[in-house]
Amino acid sequence: MAIDARHVSKSFAQYTALKDVNLRVNDGELVALLGPSGSGKTTLLRIIAGLDAPDPNPETAVFVNDEEISRKQVSERKVGFVFQHYALFRHMTVFENIAFGLRVRPRKVRPSNDAIRSKVNELLELIQLGRWAAHYPSQLSGGQRQRVALARALAIEPNILLLDEPFGALDARVRQDLRRWLRNLHAKIHITSVLVTHDQEEALEVADRVVIMNQGRIEQVGTPNEVFHNPASEFVVTFLGNVNLFHGRVESGQTVIGKVSVGQRQDSSVPDGKSARVFVRPHELEIERQPLNGADVRSRVARIQSAGSIVRVELIGEQSEAINVDLTHDRYHELGIQAGDEVFVRVRDARVFVAEEPAVDYSI
Amino acid sequence: MTTPKTFPHTEPKWMQNTLIAISVGFVGLLILLPVVAVFTEALRKGLGFYWKSVSDPLALSALRLTLFTAVVTLAANLVFAIAASWCIAKFNFPGKNLLMTLIDIPFAVSPVISGLIFILVFGARGWFGPALHSAGLQIVFATPGIILATVFVTFPFIARELIPLMQEQGTEEEEAAILLGASAWQTFLRVTLPNIRWALVYGIVLANARAMGEFGAVSVVSGHVRGRTNTLPLHVEILYNEYNFAAAFAVASLLALLAVVTLAAKAVLEWRLRVEQESAVAETGKA
Amino acid sequence: MQRLREHTVIPGFGISLGYTISYLSLIVLIPLAALVAKGTGQPWAEFSAAVFDSRTLAAWRLTFGTAFVAALIDAAFGLVIAWTLVRYEFPGKRIVDALIDVPFALPTAVSGIALTAIYSQNGWIGRWLQPLGIHAVFSPLGIVIAMTFIGLPFIVRSLQPSMEDLDPATEAAAALLGAPRMTALRRVILPALQPALVAGFVTAFARCLGEYGSVIFISGNMPMKTEIASLLIVTKLEQYDYAGASAIALLMLVSSFLLLLAVNVGQWWATRRQRERE
Repeated sequence: MAIDARHVSKSFAQYTALKDVNLRVNDGELVALLGPSGSGKTTLLRIIAGLDAPDPNPETAVFVNDEEISRKQVSERKVGFVFQHYALFRHMTVFENIAFGLRVRPRKVRPSNDAIRSKVNELLELIQLGRWAAHYPSQLSGGQRQRVALARALAIEPNILLLDEPFGALDARVRQDLRRWLRNLHAKIHITSVLVTHDQEEALEVADRVVIMNQGRIEQVGTPNEVFHNPASEFVVTFLGNVNLFHGRVESGQTVIGKVSVGQRQDSSVPDGKSARVFVRPHELEIERQPLNGADVRSRVARIQSAGSIVRVELIGEQSEAINVDLTHDRYHELGIQAGDEVFVRVRDARVFVAEEPAVDYSI
Repeated sequence: MTTPKTFPHTEPKWMQNTLIAISVGFVGLLILLPVVAVFTEALRKGLGFYWKSVSDPLALSALRLTLFTAVVTLAANLVFAIAASWCIAKFNFPGKNLLMTLIDIPFAVSPVISGLIFILVFGARGWFGPALHSAGLQIVFATPGIILATVFVTFPFIARELIPLMQEQGTEEEEAAILLGASAWQTFLRVTLPNIRWALVYGIVLANARAMGEFGAVSVVSGHVRGRTNTLPLHVEILYNEYNFAAAFAVASLLALLAVVTLAAKAVLEWRLRVEQESAVAETGKA
Repeated sequence: MQRLREHTVIPGFGISLGYTISYLSLIVLIPLAALVAKGTGQPWAEFSAAVFDSRTLAAWRLTFGTAFVAALIDAAFGLVIAWTLVRYEFPGKRIVDALIDVPFALPTAVSGIALTAIYSQNGWIGRWLQPLGIHAVFSPLGIVIAMTFIGLPFIVRSLQPSMEDLDPATEAAAALLGAPRMTALRRVILPALQPALVAGFVTAFARCLGEYGSVIFISGNMPMKTEIASLLIVTKLEQYDYAGASAIALLMLVSSFLLLLAVNVGQWWATRRQRERE
């Protein structure tokens, strides 16, 4: 069941949530819609679900399994939806919540009580909450409730599964566990799924492909690897992970920061003198005690912080700019640097965006 | 509402006791005394007389009319309350606040005026008067008028209980139900109704007390025709004006008993309702 | 209906809104419109004659005066009662709290005859007042008593939530700064309760203005002396003076609306000021 959304726009009274968005989700894929608040990701998800309608426009169409969704009644479309705040039926037991979609079917297609019971038990097995069947949602933890919500959505054997920040309201540890669990579930069931999240770790860990959204537009679509290592725009590179920003310019076909050349430009059509924004991730910088082998950026160590499996070094460069470098513990011990030392930084890899238009304002 | 607040600083003991004495004295004198008086006056001429007054055919017919009015009124207002709170709580549209203000209007209107307005519309010289007359329908000075006036004074009660609760509960459960394939009716019956049942009962209890006890509005609109358009409160007035005090109090005691039962039910339900509201706040994550 | 609200999958908008508006129109809007029409539809001379003649003026003075006094008494005692209910523990507290709702729940005719019985010459309280020359029935005093009965719950129920919301920290601060308890009460707590107190007072006052059932038995209903405005309306109705009754009723309605509007505006303004402070 592929999803094909074409030319979807949505504006509300005060602002535009989606601007001419096109998205295709392949059958069996798990796609994550990732972006900051206000990027339009939840709006897009709700439009796919049919909960909201896009702005009317002859070019706009949303297809699920090659059928235009506006043709069908919402209740007939077999969409599995998981809400951020679970939306469990508070006065029904866990069992009845999961059974709901089956119980409300028109008499002709309704399964027998036995069939319903076995299906619900099967799902309870799947979510590992068999013992809690007779409990009420208020007696469950957040993580348990979300699993029930998922089982409830799966009970109707939906064509697609849509999840709206499903783990947003949970603790970090529970989030991690559920993330892994969702990944395993999807590996077993292979249902076309779309997950909305603002947590990049979650998106990169769980999804087959990631859709980065910002202010109603899609910035990039790609595998987690692609978007992280080959960001298509400044927004994507600053949104995903930590990054250092250097201001440089194009000179003789090279990108130059201050006096230091960062490398040959692949695109030689850009004229000299254009300013360039150079994005370098902390682990793509290397520190040397002497200016050798291209370690040309002079700077002073401001602060050293051990952060789990890496060591974070904060440096101050010649233009008083802050430079963040991540080192392995081994490398750190090898260097033996301390606060106040003068060191030299080598740029091993970078992403360069020639400044054509003002940078997108993104604040975490 | 987890741990109750503690106020460590307080008045000296002598002052506390004085204030408590004043409160208990005032409430006892002003409020408890009249309630007790109803029953003592009712039994002044003995249990036999009490029973005779209460089972008098005119009293019984007043009782029947009161009960009939209450049932019809509550049914009509229940449907209204559900319709009003459904459209106010589940949808966004301009003029919502105006609608809610309109629903509150009867609280600001004196009972006598509540009866007067229906005479102005449905009375013989009212707006619809001639039309009704030619159709042979009698609204004021008859049961329909009593029902209309009672509906007017009681309809906010149920709606005012439902609206905030349903607003607090939001729309997600209903959306979830629809996505799972439920029809409109199924959604309402299986998802919405169980969530609001305590507010409904609470509202009905309050509305019922008012419906059965309403005096001013019904007095104006009924015409006081004994045996036909007399409700229980009106019957009390008639007996009293005839100086048949013990009988008046006997009938009044029935209404007083209703009040006591109402207050007890109210206390129990208030607790239940608070639990419901807190779970709504917790569930939807709106703290 | 389509543009009136945003697209949503929740059903029943049209029918629920339609029913609500129809019901409100039939039960509330049309009847009130009839009152306004009847009241304002007469020539000014007749209107003012009905509203300003000596008997009506006496009724206005009496009704406003007694309602005001009753609301004041309720405010004073209500403050004390609400305070003890919120702050103190004592045997029978639950019962006192439940009793506060009695005027809400008891039919007005019942409270009317009961109050009369108690305060009449041979009544439980009346017999003590008699030798003192105080006439509690068939006098304005009786009206005040009945209105005090009716208005008390409005004040107490308005004050209780505000008292429960008081911040113990401010009282602690006052005590630490050396303020004696009475001063703290006067300067710290009372101002914080002022909005609720005023709101309760105005609501009680508005309710007492229109009260009928509990007052007409104890008052004696003597024109020019103990005839309240709502009774005057009924009297005019019985005389088929619909125009006169409507005139008085309209004035009473307008004053109630203005009072309640003032309360709402005051509350909105008070919350705005609080938000600005925060």
